Amino acid sequence: MTENVYITEERIDGEGEGQLAGKTVAVKDNISTEGVRTTCGSAMLDEYVPPYDATVVERLKEAGATINGKTNMDEFGMGTTTETSAFGATDNPAAPGHVPGGSSGGSAAAVAAGEADLALGTDTGGSVRCPAAFCGVVGIKPTYGLVSRYGLIAYGNSLEQVGPLAPSVEGAAELLDVIAGEDPNDATTRERPDTDYAAAADGDVDGLRIGVPTELVEGADEGVVEQFWSAIDKLEAQGARYHEVSLPSVKHAVEAYYVIAMSEASSNLARFDGVRYGQSGGFDGNWNEAFSAARREGFGDEVKRRILLGTFALSAGYQDKYYKKAQDARAWVKQDFDEALSEADVLASPTMPITPFELGESLDDPLKMYLADANTTPVNLADLPAISVPAGEVDGLPVGIQFVGPAFGEEQIIRAGSALD
Amino acid sequence: MSDHPAGPDTVRHVAELARVDLDDDEVDQFAEQFADILDYFETIEDVPEVDREAELVNVMRPDEERESLTQEEALSNAESSEDGYFKGPNVS
Repeated sequence: MTENVYITEERIDGEGEGQLAGKTVAVKDNISTEGVRTTCGSAMLDEYVPPYDATVVERLKEAGATINGKTNMDEFGMGTTTETSAFGATDNPAAPGHVPGGSSGGSAAAVAAGEADLALGTDTGGSVRCPAAFCGVVGIKPTYGLVSRYGLIAYGNSLEQVGPLAPSVEGAAELLDVIAGEDPNDATTRERPDTDYAAAADGDVDGLRIGVPTELVEGADEGVVEQFWSAIDKLEAQGARYHEVSLPSVKHAVEAYYVIAMSEASSNLARFDGVRYGQSGGFDGNWNEAFSAARREGFGDEVKRRILLGTFALSAGYQDKYYKKAQDARAWVKQDFDEALSEADVLASPTMPITPFELGESLDDPLKMYLADANTTPVNLADLPAISVPAGEVDGLPVGIQFVGPAFGEEQIIRAGSALD
Repeated sequence: MSDHPAGPDTVRHVAELARVDLDDDEVDQFAEQFADILDYFETIEDVPEVDREAELVNVMRPDEERESLTQEEALSNAESSEDGYFKGPNVS
């Protein structure tokens, strides 16, 4: 194994003969597994062993799945390349020498390399869809509230959802069937409609109305755009039709996403104090001094950057300027999507506007990395479901197409995606 | 064009609020990056005021006693504990 896919390789056996019996599922290392180390890709949680299972892990076990390892990830989910992991970067099995995408890069790589049948990732601003696109596999970001976040170590909790990765749309849908549904332990849980996601992967797109947001195509690289339109052509040939739509709000989605996510991160990561859990480092001094030193040692650059920017955005005098405006942008994005989806069954765009970075290419330029999330972040702001499906290659590098559906419209996006399988 | 004070002093102040020690190199590096990033974030000023629909609500359960982690489990990741409590550095 050369790709550095797993942080911890430890087998957790499922129970009995469920829907996923005989299948291996790799689980992102920010999802708690009872008795098995869960690091979030951080030196801070290097030795953390959760005393309980996340709800999604319980559901995997009940479905008979074997968890075969905890996958590499950007530290605390903060990154678009899996290079901010304290445990080293993951190589992209579909494009060696390139990043697998982030932050669920290890999970996508596990599937792409055939080291696991299926995988779980988490998506706060595109962290399931981006690595799915970069590794040439399928990833689903569910509607906010459909999948429990209990046991997920929080980063930007108003945005993030656990989502499946698989080699095929049907495989991802099957995994979603297992993990989706209400959970009394999650205060943002929502009722699951009567659905069968795997059955929706029937490839029937006859009459499907596809809206193409021009803003999300214009900014993409030429080769990516070509592959995108050729995927739309394939869908048209199967009876779907498309029209262009405009989402003027999305040009502010990236900044709104980062302001909100960083603000939530600054609050969520306050719990890592080296006392209840996390590395204390054994520093001298009073609480604040010891705590600050532990966090200097335990957190990597990207995590510090986001905690500090989030603290700044929430500090006196700047809240209205950044955080309140970001909430306005979020509401505007929701309105835009609702309107576009009133005349379309799904919206389609390239998942990522670019092909995978070379390893090391974006590390020194955080803003460049943030801008790569232009097409995925609007979906999280709007709490909607989206799927990324492979749509060809540019110079041997995978490209993904994204379908966005209305809230709880997972069956629609699965159906659209399955027509390209 | 920008009126955010993303200089080294601001970075130091915010780092203190966030309880993250930084060394001088980090302060300089972050100050430089924050200037770029905050300049970019400023375009959010063009966003109009938008009414928010309160579609999402918190889901509450009855406040009843139920099974939870044992004290031992809750303390299992603490580096230091005493008499069933977490043990941390002095507060002052």
